[in-house]
Amino acid sequence: MEYFFQQLINGMTLGSIYGLIAIGYTMVFGIIGMVNFAHGDVFMVSAFIALIFFLFLTQVLGFGSLVLALLVVLLLGMALTSLWAWTIERLAYRPLSGSFRLAPLISAIGMSIFLMNLVQVAQGPRNKPVPPMLNDIIVLRDGANYAVTLSYKQILIIVTTTVLLIAFSFLVQRTALGRAQRACEQDRRMASLLGIDVDRTVSLTFVIGAALAAVAGLLYMVHYGVVNFADGFVPGVKAFTAAVLGGIGSLPGAVIGGLLIGLIETFWSAYFSIDYKDVATFCVLAITLIFLPSGLLGRPEVEKV
Amino acid sequence: MPGAGLDHSSTQSLGIGAAIIDAGKAGLLALGLAVPILALRTETNLENQLILRERWDYVAIAVAVAFFGRLVYLMIPARRAAPKARSLTFNGSGIARAVAIIGLALLIVYPFLMLLLVGKAASLKWIDNFGIQILIYVMLGWGLNIVVGLAGLLDLGYVAFYAVGAYSYALLAANEPIKQFMADMIGPSFWPLWAFWICLPVAGILSAFWGIILGFPVLRLRGDYLAIVTLAFGEIIRMVLINWIDVTNGYAGISGIPRPSFFGIPFNASDSGFSAIFGLEFTPLYRTIFLFYLILGLALLTNWATLRLRRLPVGRAWEALREDEIACRSLGINTTNTKLTAFAIGAGFGGFAGAFFAARQNFISPESFTFMESAIILAIVVLGGMGSQIGVAIAAVAMIGGTEILRELDWLKHVFGASFDPVQYRMLIFGLAMVLVMIWRPRGLISTRYPSIYLKERKSVSGDLVKEGHG
Repeated sequence: MEYFFQQLINGMTLGSIYGLIAIGYTMVFGIIGMVNFAHGDVFMVSAFIALIFFLFLTQVLGFGSLVLALLVVLLLGMALTSLWAWTIERLAYRPLSGSFRLAPLISAIGMSIFLMNLVQVAQGPRNKPVPPMLNDIIVLRDGANYAVTLSYKQILIIVTTTVLLIAFSFLVQRTALGRAQRACEQDRRMASLLGIDVDRTVSLTFVIGAALAAVAGLLYMVHYGVVNFADGFVPGVKAFTAAVLGGIGSLPGAVIGGLLIGLIETFWSAYFSIDYKDVATFCVLAITLIFLPSGLLGRPEVEKV
Repeated sequence: MPGAGLDHSSTQSLGIGAAIIDAGKAGLLALGLAVPILALRTETNLENQLILRERWDYVAIAVAVAFFGRLVYLMIPARRAAPKARSLTFNGSGIARAVAIIGLALLIVYPFLMLLLVGKAASLKWIDNFGIQILIYVMLGWGLNIVVGLAGLLDLGYVAFYAVGAYSYALLAANEPIKQFMADMIGPSFWPLWAFWICLPVAGILSAFWGIILGFPVLRLRGDYLAIVTLAFGEIIRMVLINWIDVTNGYAGISGIPRPSFFGIPFNASDSGFSAIFGLEFTPLYRTIFLFYLILGLALLTNWATLRLRRLPVGRAWEALREDEIACRSLGINTTNTKLTAFAIGAGFGGFAGAFFAARQNFISPESFTFMESAIILAIVVLGGMGSQIGVAIAAVAMIGGTEILRELDWLKHVFGASFDPVQYRMLIFGLAMVLVMIWRPRGLISTRYPSIYLKERKSVSGDLVKEGHG
C-alpha cells in the first residue's frame, strides 16, 4: 500500500509537468486547429535556457539563495521562451494560414528538427547534469519496510503547477485577452468582424503556451537533474497524448490528461515493465484517437462541408 | 508591438530610415533569442561539473545576420512581383522526360564512370556512399510518395516499415532452423546463396502486411491526428526492437546477415565465386557495383509501379482522395480501403528498401530506424514536391548527396577550427529547408501538377487550385 501511495505521488509530479506542456498544445489546437509539433522542442529549449541561467546565476554571479535563483530563472526563462515561440509563430506558421491543411504541420516538423539540432550544435550532444538540489524529503508515512516520502522537489513542482494553473484559468476566464482567445476559438472570422485582433490573439496564445512550457522546462530540469537536446521529443509526444486524452481544445482536459498520463506512466513502470513505459503511453494515444477521438472533456467535432 | 514590421504581408516599400529601424528590431529579436542558447555554452569540466563558456562572437554574428538579412529583404522592392514565374513547368513536359532519360543514363554508367575517373580504390567510396546511399533514399522517397504525395496521408512513421523489412530479412536469412531445414531438403549451399532472393519479396510482403495492421484502425482519422499516430507506431516498433532482446538482440543489433549473391553465384574469392567464374581478378568492388544496380533496379521498380498505379482506378482514387475526401465519399469511393491500399503499398516498398539495406550493411540495429530517419524521408518528399517522382529523386540527390559532400569538406576545418564538423549542420539545414519550402513553395521544388488522366487535352493544374490533405 505504501508503494502504491509513493507511485501516486511520483505520478502526480510527472503528470504536472506533462499537464503544463499539454496546455500549449491544446490552446494552439483550439485556436488555429494545428498540431504545434515544435512545442515539445520549445519546451526543451526552455529547459536549456533554465539550465544556462541557473548556472550563470549560481556560478558567475554567485547567487547564494537557491530559491531566489530559481525564481529569477523562472521569470527569465518564461520571457525568453515566449520570445522564441513568438518568433517561430511569426516566421514559420503565420505565413501558412492560407495554405493547404498539412502545410503548418510540415512546417512545425521542420521547426522541431531545426530547434533540436540548433541546440545540439550550440550546446553539444551530451547529457547536461545539474548539481542536485532540493533533495530533502519529508516522510509522510513510515511503513514496515517502505516509507512514503515527499521530496522538496515534488512539493515545488506540485505547488508551482497549481498556482500557475489558477493564475492561468483566471487569465482565460476573466481577462479581455482570455475572452478574445475564447472568441477566436469559437469562430475566428466572427471574432475579427467584432474587432478582435485575431493575429495578435493567436500570437499571444503561442506566447502563453510557451511560458507554461518554460515553467515545465525548469521543473523538468529540477526533477530529473539532467537535460539533453533530444529531451523535447518524447515528453512532447506524451504531452500531446495528454492533450488528446483530455480532449484537445479543452484546458481542464489538458491538465487532467497530463495527470493521467503521468500516473499511467509511473504505475506502468512500477508494476509492469520500465522498458515499455513509452510504448504504454503511445498505445494510450492510439487507443484514445481511435475510440474516443474527442477525448474525455472535448467537444465532438462536427465536420462541415 | 515590437518588431511589428516582421509581418509577412508588409508589401509596401519602406523608406530607408524605416527599413533600418525595422532591421534593428529584427537584430534585437535575434539578440534575445541568441543570448541564452548561443552566448553561453555548457561544458563538462574535469570534475564532471557543468561550466559555462562565453561565446559572444556567435551572438554578434547572429545579430548581424538578422539585421542585414532583414535590411536586404526590405530593400528588394519587387520581391513580391511576378508570382507566376514561380511554378516550374516540369512534370509531363519534354524537359522532364529529357531530365529523366539523361539521369537514368548517367546512373547506368555511373559505377564505370567512377572507376574510370578515380580508380579502383577511391571509387568504392563513391559508388557505395554516394550511389547506393542516395538510391536507397530515392526508393524510400518514392515509396513514401505513394502515401504522402498521391494519397495525401501524412505518415511520420514510415521508417517503421523500413525497419520491419530490414528485420524480417535479417531474422529470416540468418535463422538457423530455416538454414538447417533448407540444407536438409536441398543442400547446404542453397540457403546462403539464395536467401536474399527468397527473403526480399517476403520482407516486402510482411511490411505491407504490417502497413495493413497498423493502418486499418487509424486511417479514418483526420490528417494531423493520423500523422501523430503513425509517429507513435514508428516509435512503438523501434522500442519493441530495442526491448525484445530474445529476438532482435536489442541495441546490439543483428550481425552476420547474408549478403546477396549474383543469382546464386557468391561474391567471394573461392573458385565458384563471381570473379573466378567470369575470369576476373578478385576485388570487393564487384559486389558493390552489383548492389548499386540492384538498388537502382528496385528504385526503378518502385517508380514504374507508382506510375502504373496512378493510371489504375485505385491510383485515381488516391489522387482524388488527396484533393477532397468528402467529395470522394459522396462519389462512392470507399475511403478507408483506398487509404489502406496506399498505406500498404507504400509500406511494402519501404520493406523492400529495408531488406536491401540489411543485406548491404550486413548489420542492423535499432539506431538506424529513429524518428529522424522518418523525418529525412518526409523532408525529401516534401521538398521534392509531393506527388512528383522526378522532384523526389532530385531532392534525395540534393539532400543525401549534400550530406555526403558535407563529410568531404575538410577544408572548412581550416576556416572554422579543428572542432568544426560540417555534418552536424545537416539536420539543421533539413529542418530549415522544410520550413522555407512550406512558406515559399508549398508544393515543393516541382509544383505544377498535371492530371494523370485527362479529357482530350492535357492541361496543367496550378497547385493553388487544389486543396491538398483536406478532410
